[in-house]
Amino acid sequence: MQAEVSEVMRWSRCRDSAPPPPLAGEVRTARGQISHILRAALLGALALAAAPAHAFIAYVSNEKSNTVSVIDTDSWTVTKTIKVGQRPRGIDFTRDGKFVMVAVGDDDTIQMIDAKTQGVVDSLPSGPDPELFVQDAAGKTLYVANENDNTVTVIDLEKRARLGDIQVGVEPEGMTISPDGKTLINTSETTNMAHFIDTAQRQIVANVLVDARPRFAEFKHDSSELWVSSEIGGTVSIIDPKKHEVIGKVVFEIPGLRKEAIQPVGIGMTKDDKTAFVALGPANRIAVVDVASRKVTKYLLVGQRVWHMAFTPDEKYLLTTNGVSNDVSVIDVAAQKVIKTIQVGELPWGIAIAP
Amino acid sequence: MIRWLAGLIGFGLAATSALAAEPAVIGVGYLGVAPTRSTLSLVDLPAENDGVAGARLAIEDNNTTGKFLGQRFALEERRMREGEDPVQAATTLAEKNGFIITDLPADALLKVSDALRDRGTLLFNAGAIDERLREADCRANVIHTAPTRAMLADALGQYLVWKRWSRWLLVVGSHDEDKLFADALRRTAARFGAKIVQEKTFEDKGGARRTDSGVTLIQRQMPVFTQGAPAYDVLVAADESEVFGAYLPYRTWDPRPVAGSAGLVPRSWDAAQDQWGAIQMQNRFMKLNSRRMTALDMQAWTAARMIGEATSRTNSGDVKKVTDFIKGPDFSVAAFKGTRLTLRDWNWQLRQPILLVDGRMVVSVSPQEGFLHQVSELDTLGYDRPESKCKLK
Repeated sequence: MQAEVSEVMRWSRCRDSAPPPPLAGEVRTARGQISHILRAALLGALALAAAPAHAFIAYVSNEKSNTVSVIDTDSWTVTKTIKVGQRPRGIDFTRDGKFVMVAVGDDDTIQMIDAKTQGVVDSLPSGPDPELFVQDAAGKTLYVANENDNTVTVIDLEKRARLGDIQVGVEPEGMTISPDGKTLINTSETTNMAHFIDTAQRQIVANVLVDARPRFAEFKHDSSELWVSSEIGGTVSIIDPKKHEVIGKVVFEIPGLRKEAIQPVGIGMTKDDKTAFVALGPANRIAVVDVASRKVTKYLLVGQRVWHMAFTPDEKYLLTTNGVSNDVSVIDVAAQKVIKTIQVGELPWGIAIAP
Repeated sequence: MIRWLAGLIGFGLAATSALAAEPAVIGVGYLGVAPTRSTLSLVDLPAENDGVAGARLAIEDNNTTGKFLGQRFALEERRMREGEDPVQAATTLAEKNGFIITDLPADALLKVSDALRDRGTLLFNAGAIDERLREADCRANVIHTAPTRAMLADALGQYLVWKRWSRWLLVVGSHDEDKLFADALRRTAARFGAKIVQEKTFEDKGGARRTDSGVTLIQRQMPVFTQGAPAYDVLVAADESEVFGAYLPYRTWDPRPVAGSAGLVPRSWDAAQDQWGAIQMQNRFMKLNSRRMTALDMQAWTAARMIGEATSRTNSGDVKKVTDFIKGPDFSVAAFKGTRLTLRDWNWQLRQPILLVDGRMVVSVSPQEGFLHQVSELDTLGYDRPESKCKLK
C-alpha cells in the first residue's frame, strides 16, 4: 500500500505534460512482481469462473492523484489505476462504449481512455479548464463547461474538432441534455442560473435563477422536470422545462447536523422516475427522494464529502464518490442500503460505468 | 460624467448594452483612501488598486449575470487624497450610486454614514476591522464585509487551542490599533482557555523599515528581546502597524512558532486560497488585474457581489427593495469559503470563515472542529448576539 501512495504522490507532483509511462497492468504493491502475477491469475480465474452477468466496470476520476481507478463490480475491487493528466474531474463513456472521456482541467483538455487497453490514447480540444461535459444521444456532439472563461465549448466527437463556443454565466459547471436532445442545460455557479440552450441554434433561449452555486442538473427520463442542485443554497430546484419556471424545491434536514454542512451536488434518478438520489457533500450522506412528493424518505450514510454517482446499467447498484475519505460507496438500490466501501485514489470526483 | 462614461467603456459594458433593450443601470460607488501603508516585507506592499480591483471583478461577474436579466452595473471609483473631506466625496458619489463600497478609517466611515443616512444609500464597509463600528458605534445603513479584530483573533485562537499551543507570549506594538488587536487576543485567550504567560510591549521608536544592512541588526535584537520569557508554546504578535511582527519568526530566543500579525496570520482571504472553487475566482482576478488577490480585494468583491446577488434575486435595481432583501432572512451569498455567508441581523456584520495563512499556504480555516454554536458555528468568531452592544439606528 505504501508503495502505491508514494507512486501516486510522485506523479501528482510531476509537472511534465508528457504522459507518464504506462504502469504495468495494475496498482503496485510492496510485493511487486509476485502480486502482479497473482492478481493477473486471479483476474483470469474470475473472468472464466463467474458468468459476467452482473459484472460491470466503473471508472473513477481521482482529482488529486491524477489517476482513474478501474473498479470491477463483481469483485468490488480496484483492478487497475490509470495515470491521466492533471486534475481529472468530469468522466463519461462514449456512446459506443469504446472510450472513457475524462476532463483533465489543469491540462486544458479531455483525454480519451481506450476501454480495452485501459490507457490514454487521445485527447479532445476542450477549451480551458474543462470540468463537466455531456454528449448528445447519438454520441456525435460533446458539450463542455469551461469554468475559466464562462463558455460552453461544442466539440464534434468523430472529427475531434471544436465547432464553437456558447457564452454563459460565471463559472459554468453542471451540464445535461434533454432526452429529446433539443435542449442543453448548463448551470453557472456564480451567476446562479440554469441556462437553457437550443442545441440546433446553439443559443440560450431561457435562464432560470436557482439557489446559490448550482452544481449539477438532471432531467427526469420523461422530460417533465429538470432537477438542479445548489451546493451553497442547500436545495434542489425542480424546474418545468417548458415554462422555464421553478415549480418546487427539495429541502434537506438532518437532525444533529448544521444546515451549512448540507451541500447537494450529484443527482441520480432511477429509470422509472420514482426515486432520486442526491449527494449531500460534507453531510456525508445520500438523500433518497420520492420524486412524486419531492420529499426525502431516507438518508444513507456514505463516505466523506460525497459528490457524484453512477448506477450500474441494471440499476441494481449505485456507486458514489467520496472525496475526503478517498473511497467509493456501493448502495444496493432496491434495499436502499450501503453494502460496500472501496478505497480508490485521492479525492475521487466523478464516476462512469461501462454501458 | 466623463469619468463615469470612461468607466463604462472600460468595463466592456458598451458592448453588452446592445443585447437587451435599455437595461437598468445599477450604480455602485467605491470610496477609498490611497494606500499609504508601509510594510516590513517588500512582498506585502499594497498595490495601488488594492480593494477596488476586487470590486471591479465583482462588477464584471455581476454584468455577466446581468445580461441575462437586463441589468447593468457601473462602478464609479473615487480615491481620496490625504486631507480630503470624505463626506463631500461620498455625497457626490451618492448622487448617481445607491450603493457605496468604502475602504475608510472608522471615524471617516461614521461621518459618511451619518451624512448619507436620510438619503437611503447603502454603505458596505470593506476596509475597517474596528469592533466599535459593529458595537457601540454601529449604524443601520452600513453592512460590514470586513471581518472584525475579534473575529480574526478568535479564528487564530481556536486553531492554537486545537493545536494545544495554549501558553502564549503576547508581544504588543505601541500604536493604538496594535493595542486594539491585543485586546481582541486577550479576549480570545479568556474565551477559549489559553493562557497569556507574559506580555511585552515593542515600542516604536521610529526609524526606517528599509535599510541596507538591517538584517544583521534585527538578528541580534530579536533574540535578546524575546529572551527570559516564562515557558510558552507560541509567540502571538499584535503589530498591525508593521513595526516588528515580521522580524520575529526564526529569531525568537526559544525556538517557538509565531502567530498573529506575522507567522500564522488570520485573514478573510489569501492569494493561496484555492479550495471550494476559489481557483476560478483567483484565475479571473489574475487575468483582470495582473496580480494576486488580497483580503481587501475579497472584502470589496464580496460587497459588490452581495449587491449583484440581491438585484438578481429581487429582479430589481431599486435601492430600497435591494436593501430590504439584503437585510432580510433569505439573504445569503456564496464567496468561495465552503459555506453560505449570511448577515448578523443585530449589527449587519457578514458571518464568514477566516483563513489562517503563512504567506504561502492556507494552513487552516476557522471555525475549528468542536467549537459549537446553537445558531451558526460562524458565530463562534467575534462578538455574539447576547454580548453585542449594538443598537441599530
